[in-house]
Amino acid sequence: MALCCCLFGLFSLPSFAVESTSLDPLLADLVDAKISKMVPILDKIEKASDETVLPLFRTLLNGDLYYIKSTKQVVGQFDTNGETLYKDVFTGQAHPALTKRDVKKIRVNNTLRGYLRNAIARIQLTSKNSSVRESAVRELLSKLDDDTVDILERLYPHETNKKVKQAMGLALAMNTASQTQLAVSNRIAAIDTLADSLENDVRNLLTTLSNDENPAIQEASKAALDTIAQRANRFAFVDQLFFGLSLGSVLLLASIGLAITFGVMGVINMAHGEMIMLGAYTTYVVQLIMPNYIDYSIWVAIPAAFLVSGLMGVLIERLVIRHLHGRPLETLLATFGISLILQQLVRTIFSPLNRQVSTPSWMSGSWEINPVLSLTLNRLYILAFALLVFIALVIILKKTSLGLNVRAVSQNRNMAKAMGVKTNWVDAMTFGLGSGIAGIAGVALSQLTNVGPNLGQAYIIDSFMVVVFGGVGNLLGTLVAAFTLGIATKFLEPTTGAVLAAILVLVFIILFIQKRPKGLFPQKGRAAE
Amino acid sequence: MKIKTLTSAIVLSGATLIALPSLAAETIKVGVLHSLSGTMAISETTLKDTVLMMVDDQNKKGGLLGKKLEAIVVDPASNWPLFAEKGRELLTKDKVDVIFGSWTSVSRKSVLPVLEELNGLMFYPVQYEGEESSKNVFYTGAAPNQQAIPAVDYLMNDLGVERFVLAGTDYVYPRTTNKILEAYLKAKGVAAKDIMINYTPFGHSDWQSIVSDVKKFGSEGKKTAVVSTINGDANIPFYKELGNQGISAEDIPVVAFSVGEEELSGLDTKPLVGHLAAWNYFQSVETPENEAFIKAWKAYTKNPKRVTNDPMEATYIGFKMWANAVTQAGTTDVDAVEQAMIGQKTPNLTGGIAVMNKNHHLSKPVLIGEIQDNGQFEVVWETDGVVAGDAWSDFLPGSKDLISDWTAPIKCGNYNTKTKTCSGQNY
Repeated sequence: MALCCCLFGLFSLPSFAVESTSLDPLLADLVDAKISKMVPILDKIEKASDETVLPLFRTLLNGDLYYIKSTKQVVGQFDTNGETLYKDVFTGQAHPALTKRDVKKIRVNNTLRGYLRNAIARIQLTSKNSSVRESAVRELLSKLDDDTVDILERLYPHETNKKVKQAMGLALAMNTASQTQLAVSNRIAAIDTLADSLENDVRNLLTTLSNDENPAIQEASKAALDTIAQRANRFAFVDQLFFGLSLGSVLLLASIGLAITFGVMGVINMAHGEMIMLGAYTTYVVQLIMPNYIDYSIWVAIPAAFLVSGLMGVLIERLVIRHLHGRPLETLLATFGISLILQQLVRTIFSPLNRQVSTPSWMSGSWEINPVLSLTLNRLYILAFALLVFIALVIILKKTSLGLNVRAVSQNRNMAKAMGVKTNWVDAMTFGLGSGIAGIAGVALSQLTNVGPNLGQAYIIDSFMVVVFGGVGNLLGTLVAAFTLGIATKFLEPTTGAVLAAILVLVFIILFIQKRPKGLFPQKGRAAE
Repeated sequence: MKIKTLTSAIVLSGATLIALPSLAAETIKVGVLHSLSGTMAISETTLKDTVLMMVDDQNKKGGLLGKKLEAIVVDPASNWPLFAEKGRELLTKDKVDVIFGSWTSVSRKSVLPVLEELNGLMFYPVQYEGEESSKNVFYTGAAPNQQAIPAVDYLMNDLGVERFVLAGTDYVYPRTTNKILEAYLKAKGVAAKDIMINYTPFGHSDWQSIVSDVKKFGSEGKKTAVVSTINGDANIPFYKELGNQGISAEDIPVVAFSVGEEELSGLDTKPLVGHLAAWNYFQSVETPENEAFIKAWKAYTKNPKRVTNDPMEATYIGFKMWANAVTQAGTTDVDAVEQAMIGQKTPNLTGGIAVMNKNHHLSKPVLIGEIQDNGQFEVVWETDGVVAGDAWSDFLPGSKDLISDWTAPIKCGNYNTKTKTCSGQNY
């Protein structure tokens, strides 16, 4: 209790002493200063103030700090529902009369951003929230100057949260290890504790120390580095596996629609890539319609893309493919023509330039498991999504009457017809389903790659590769093939480079097809002949 | 009577019909050889519009040599061999007096033999790898010493970078530029293990493992930067992945040679803020010339949000110089214009004067900018005065002794200063 009071007393006192007026001359300096002269002024502001200055630093860090041209008063720019508002950064008081013409931006560059990040972290060391404190300590690891170390040393004994304490201990150990005037034994002990950490900054420090003048320090840091490298390598393997799975999920999404149109119906659909492209453009249009609800736009875009691409698929089947039944070469040429028409259509409507599709906030960033292993969220979601789509499709084909009809028609068209199945209708629906799934793939791909007229072209070859490799007409084969190719590519890439990896995978598939022309999972029975 | 008026009308209209082609022959024809479809359309369509705007502008001033200018636009569709075909079509069928065109080096290399065979004249407005100087081409974009080398100098001297990732798309420009940079870095004392080189195909979209490699490479104790010659739309997923894997510009800055305002306009710039680009022009530079140019461009495209970029400035300078050279030579004859071009001076849009040198390259200032959240660049560094473009790099063993000089008495694109000979090639 007494400890608590003492802490409180230590850090809350200045806040009574500081009033915003004492910052005014410094803020005026800041407005007038050139970008290269701003760090010392910010330093003074930090020293003269406490956490009340955080909003100022944050706004400046985000590049939203402006000043009013006439009065040189500092204001923050806020965007609410597409409207720009200027508010006082400290009090939050709005200046409704201000427009863009009245204010000028206070510019920031990388040096300033680095400085601001550290300054914010230093202030946040005394935050009430333990996770904020922890991330503040981690932020400061890269720049442990004397001031920071002083603050940490003062705070360390009073810290109650285990995680924060650990991080602070790490920072202090880093400091001890790098102090050349300290006793060698102390430094080595510090280095030994560092070996447990996977932090980047720790490795940076140890690398520097492994060239230290003192041979004992050199040895200790090399040993510590080895320990860290071993652990890091294990995580690097997991990381690579995830990359492979992620690429596999993209391939799966792109090819699963084709597995139906090509695999089940036997139509060589060169316009398959354009169905993906249409799905991606649907996402773009949906985001245009609901610009303030980007976070939810994906949920609208998925069914919309399914409908747009699916209807286009039905249209193509009814108008073109139906008439070319049993003539694969002509179907190939006709669908290739359709793909060119669709590309040009998109070019005319949306311009040849790429369109910008925003990533919803819940899909941005990454899930940090530890300092060396973090999984990017958009890829994680897409991996899950690909598996969901796959399962849904399997259920449709195995459990619904449409699925039953599709399988019947693909196995023996005439017999199915004789049993009263409307083969025409089934053909159209199957093609629509395959195309609709391609549209859904487009929604996912719009989060990863460029949305432009050539989007589909980039995936058509890969899709055919996956379907042929997996075995035509077999959904499970497509799944296995997609993940195999994804993982193989990602494990080859670091050693061979992206270009050679792609070539090697292609060569492997060609050789594989020579050996097993029907792919990984060939269809069995009379229907396959 | 009635029939007579009718026949006279026909005769009259026939006369106008005959008169039309002869009028058309009185124009000066400007060929535009930029891809309007395919993967490079994103960048090249803008340049086509720039040339059309300049032609329009010149015609409003009364044309050249008392004749109107006429732009002839063809679409080589990002298909490299088609550049040669369309170039031949422009020179033989349309008989154009000058061509503005090409973006990628491979397309320039494709049309080059045609230009030399038919003695055409082309203005090439994009930064490129150097190692070339043709009598028939004027290079108004940056040579490596006007973009890549100053950028690396900035990284080393101002940001204290010690390790370099040279990442590029797999074709001639990035490969040659990286070869020059590698030689330059080694000459500056950077060890081979501190240089990582990586190539990816055109339109590469899965950057996970490469970005993760960069991250690993950057976590070995020394300040690291990425020097990016990644071209076209592959940049967008690259920067997205950088943002997703949490690499900020303060940790590992990326300096790009192919990312300008136009590329950024199709992109959510939040994760890119603070990354760098090296160019000879930025839209954000405040000069009266630039302001007028931006205003004219927005008015011409009828789009207040359209941005300008470096290759546009290069097109602008090239066009102005060509117009001056034609006026000075009093003819559009290629040989006369070529000689009149050398020494031409035109104000840069960023201040200072661009000069066309004897080696068909420009002297221009070099700027380095940080990407801002509005898709513009904030200039953080610039050279004192202008830098003369060097056709043959001083850092490659094969081209160290070569110079290009298209004035008498040398008149050679690859003159060896040691052996005092001009190699047999045309360029």
